[in-house]
Amino acid sequence: MSLVRVLVGTRKGAFILTSDANRERWTIEGPHFGGWEIYHLKGSPADPDRLYASQSSGWFGQMIQRSDDGGKTWKTMDNKFVYDGVPGTHQWYDGTPHPWEFKRVWHLEPSYTDPDTVYAGVEDAALFRSTDGGASWQELHGLRTHESASRWTPGAGGLGLHTILLDPNNPNRIYIAISAAGVFRSDDAGQTWKPINRGLKSQYIPDPDAEVGHCVHRIAMHAKRPNVIYMQKHWDVMRSDDAGESWFEVSGNLPTDFGFAIDVHAHEPETIYVVPIKSDSEHYPLDGKLRVYRSRTGGNDWEPLSKGLPERDCYVNVLRDAMAVDSLDSCGIYFGTTGGQVYASPDGGDTWAPIARDLPAVLSVEVQSVP
Amino acid sequence: MIRVEIPFHLRNLARVEGEVTLHIEGRVTQRAVLDALEARYPVLKGTIRDQVTHKRRPFLRFYACELDLSHDSPDDPLPESVASGAEPYLIVGAIAGG
Repeated sequence: MSLVRVLVGTRKGAFILTSDANRERWTIEGPHFGGWEIYHLKGSPADPDRLYASQSSGWFGQMIQRSDDGGKTWKTMDNKFVYDGVPGTHQWYDGTPHPWEFKRVWHLEPSYTDPDTVYAGVEDAALFRSTDGGASWQELHGLRTHESASRWTPGAGGLGLHTILLDPNNPNRIYIAISAAGVFRSDDAGQTWKPINRGLKSQYIPDPDAEVGHCVHRIAMHAKRPNVIYMQKHWDVMRSDDAGESWFEVSGNLPTDFGFAIDVHAHEPETIYVVPIKSDSEHYPLDGKLRVYRSRTGGNDWEPLSKGLPERDCYVNVLRDAMAVDSLDSCGIYFGTTGGQVYASPDGGDTWAPIARDLPAVLSVEVQSVP
Repeated sequence: MIRVEIPFHLRNLARVEGEVTLHIEGRVTQRAVLDALEARYPVLKGTIRDQVTHKRRPFLRFYACELDLSHDSPDDPLPESVASGAEPYLIVGAIAGG
């Protein structure tokens, strides 16, 4: 029977939750790297026991950790993230040019095929790649030197490159998303990039349909249909059917279309999940009820999923990297909250139960099905 | 022999307990101490000072002999009592939280 392994990054360490395929009884291991912020940890699709973790601290900076045994032991890897050439400037909050400064790794995306190849999305926004298992990092500088980069402006959380999607059918195609610049796509393995934000409308920027400047919170795809991309924007849930060339809104009947997380069912490319959050000024669910919304039609028609989730007095947030799906026959959905709970649904969202209740604030959730 | 105290999280990274002792040839400066510390524990590179500019990370302070040396030139000589090992060189994390 498969083992399910949930990798949880929190404000104060990493935790690994494991269960058999029934997903009813869970064991919790951790904290790993106690006291450090773990923005993200993720396993290699090519070797599930190869894990990468981003460990950071306001005091001591960035560390990269790697495990070759599913998280039992860890090895500290290279933490030298140096922008290629003269870094240049982006726009600061007050409109002035501000030098690019590395702060932390937000997201690690291992290759589908090579356990030693992993991409790192960093703040200030740039994309790095390692091809030696994290022993060294090189910037794919074509993104940061895009002609629009001097106009990129940080969101309230910083100028973070937070999402990396690799096209499983086309090794040259990579999507990334930056707050608050938008979505970019490369069709030459990261050498050159183009912004793909046509159709996005953001009232909080001077030109609502500008080429760049949109606060994209998260994008997601189904591996078998990689030209369809879903997006949770600052406000609005969006969809593209042409690999990001154009977007249209699919917020439909959502009670609020603000949120951070979005993900796609493992076996149903038209089934998607979001966690509506009341507003950008109130980062908690509507009416104190924590609800996941599911659309089985690729957007517009949404149904609330609440069985097993808090129905009252719940004022947590669900951050952008804190939702994941497993690949078991009955697709499991997982998300973590800023209140330290991790919820799991073994039946595609119909029912939920907490699998961890009292962790530090959850920053990221990933899940692996291990043979 | 130079005695260096480093914060809890850096002791964990370096897998050491208590003080670190370093042998330094020539002038004992903050730069020489940090160079020797990072040479012995490469895992600490980037955690105390920037790997390229060698600028001190903002939330860390360098103390010795009841003095704050954080803003001194990294090439100034450290007090004789540090160079002799009578007093430790302290790398301290700024207090924060709530």
